[in-house]
Amino acid sequence: MLATTSSTRFFTFASPPRFYALAGRLIPWFWAAAAVLAVAGLWIGFFEAPTDATQGDAYRIIFIHVPAAWMSMLLYMVMAFWAAIGWAFNARLAAMVARAIAPTGAMFTFAALWSGALWGKPTWGTWWVWDARLTSELILLFLYLGYMALVNAIDDTRRADQAGALLAVIGSVNVPIIYFSVKWWNTLHQGATISATAAPKMVATMLTAMLLMTLACWAYAFAVVFTRTRAVIAERERDAKWLNEGVA
Amino acid sequence: MTAPVFGAVLARDLRLAARRRVDALLPLAFFAVAVSLFPLGVGPEPNTLRQIAPGVLWVCALLAAMLSVTQLYANDQVDGSLEQMMLAGGAGTTSALPVAIAKALSHWLLTGLPLVLIAPLFGVMFDLSGRSIAALCASLALGTPILSLLGNLGAALTLGVRNGGVLLILLIVPLCIPALIFGSGAVSAVESGASARGHFSLLGALFIATGLLAPLATAAALRIATE
Amino acid sequence: MTDTTAVILAAHALACRRGERILFHGLNLDVRPGQIVWVRGANGQGKTSLLRLLAGLARPAAGRIETLAGRERVYIGHANALKDDLTVAESLMFLSRLHGFDTAADVHDGALRRFGLHSRRDAPVRTLSQGQRRRVALARLCAAPPTALWLLDEPFDALDAQGMTALNELLAEHAARGGSVLLTSHVPLTLTVPAPITLQLHEASAA
Repeated sequence: MLATTSSTRFFTFASPPRFYALAGRLIPWFWAAAAVLAVAGLWIGFFEAPTDATQGDAYRIIFIHVPAAWMSMLLYMVMAFWAAIGWAFNARLAAMVARAIAPTGAMFTFAALWSGALWGKPTWGTWWVWDARLTSELILLFLYLGYMALVNAIDDTRRADQAGALLAVIGSVNVPIIYFSVKWWNTLHQGATISATAAPKMVATMLTAMLLMTLACWAYAFAVVFTRTRAVIAERERDAKWLNEGVA
Repeated sequence: MTAPVFGAVLARDLRLAARRRVDALLPLAFFAVAVSLFPLGVGPEPNTLRQIAPGVLWVCALLAAMLSVTQLYANDQVDGSLEQMMLAGGAGTTSALPVAIAKALSHWLLTGLPLVLIAPLFGVMFDLSGRSIAALCASLALGTPILSLLGNLGAALTLGVRNGGVLLILLIVPLCIPALIFGSGAVSAVESGASARGHFSLLGALFIATGLLAPLATAAALRIATE
Repeated sequence: MTDTTAVILAAHALACRRGERILFHGLNLDVRPGQIVWVRGANGQGKTSLLRLLAGLARPAAGRIETLAGRERVYIGHANALKDDLTVAESLMFLSRLHGFDTAADVHDGALRRFGLHSRRDAPVRTLSQGQRRRVALARLCAAPPTALWLLDEPFDALDAQGMTALNELLAEHAARGGSVLLTSHVPLTLTVPAPITLQLHEASAA
């Protein structure tokens, strides 16, 4: 009885050339959508929504802070998902998309931290407070940076993609554990829950603004990630004929 | 076929460490030096030191564990031993899992366990009560295996990579944060007279989960690195 | 003379990739008992990669490898897999235990004697020359299962005339009792019985 060692699949699921062309056509639309939604969301958030009784106008930073925080966590999961697909099915495009997501996810995390600080200063008097959410965001930033550092440090792209995928999956499993432990830590050491970023009671207009801003971030993320993916494709496939013969 | 692989790798690693006793003691020396820096940096006031002691001791233990972990696989990869270990188990099957477990255990026996044993000394230096020191040792006894397992994973992921040591710390330390929180939290709780049962149960759960999952992930990382 | 008994290792349409480059593809190969296969090719053409694929260390980019169950594969790579701080005897014991080879003291002593290292059995590997270390690495072949497939990457590297003779004798004996060998060597093989079969790696495919 002969035992067989199976090979890795030589050809991939989705084809980089097709994605390259399709993405190229979609990107301008994503930018347009992001711009429109952002303008609408910020308008409603900054001008239409009522002033909060306790926090005054300072709370309005929430319309940037919360969508950014959501995106940072969501993008990590999406990145881990595509990286895992790339690893499991040896799908080149999936691996490239995962790599393209990381910097954008890190940026959103940083934006969440920055806007959190801007919110904290007028509300609590300090630029930084070690509350559960901000601390978790900080750790998430480290997870993103770790992923980017790892895939960057390994020269062999295939090994880098696989190691990155493993790390991203481990990270995504750990995110809920880390969040839980940080919440525990926070309540333990300070008694009452201190939250620099406690949202005010949400009125309908506020929710609308939040939703619009979230969608704007989504569209922006698509635009940027697609652009970056095209760049990654161009770099990796630079010797391939289809690229040199000028596909869209 | 996994038991001989596990036993052979473990025995060999311990024997090698015995031949290089000074190298094996370096992480402990680091721990001692790092811990001593805090009173120098923060001031000798006993109350302050007592308060920061659980965190300081835990963080230094974490860093000491991470520093010694890069060498786990690096030498073996360079001289070809790692390839042989991956092939063990006969008939061409890769045996990364017993290797991963053996390496984690040897790291813990050489770094983690000694840390647990010398921790009381430093607990005294920070004027912790007897009960706190006991809690410290217990939390380290549960926590250092977690650190060894996660460090092991990091070493496998960063195998052969430039600046692997620093990169490993960046990758793995965030994952160690829950253990740090529950471990040092347990000691703080005991020091302030509260119950640490919650902390210990969580730490125990983390220990079990990490013990089950980390070796599998490490085995996958080893395969990725040697392919 | 080709032995018509069962194939113990067969490779079909094997392709190997290193980084983004394809080293070779469409490689077919089968190895039968009693055969010694000499893999040849220019530097960088994938000889070591092929051996690693056949050993099971890496998965091929395409194609498949079939192995006969119950036939062990022994892989000795370019690196010796010896630790400086262990003695010769301890190194041999570790590698034998690791792979489930014979660990009997007399087998190991015999192996060391064959390669002229018995007098150094308690010396740390650190104190040996390159050629001596290579001999220690090869010594474990004597403890391996008698009909295993040996995958050897540059086994003659750094060996002196005596070492080469010892290895040639070992190879011939192994082939005679039904084992097989697949090796790379930039040094021309002086072994004549059995006559080695050449496998030439080209850019495109192979013999």
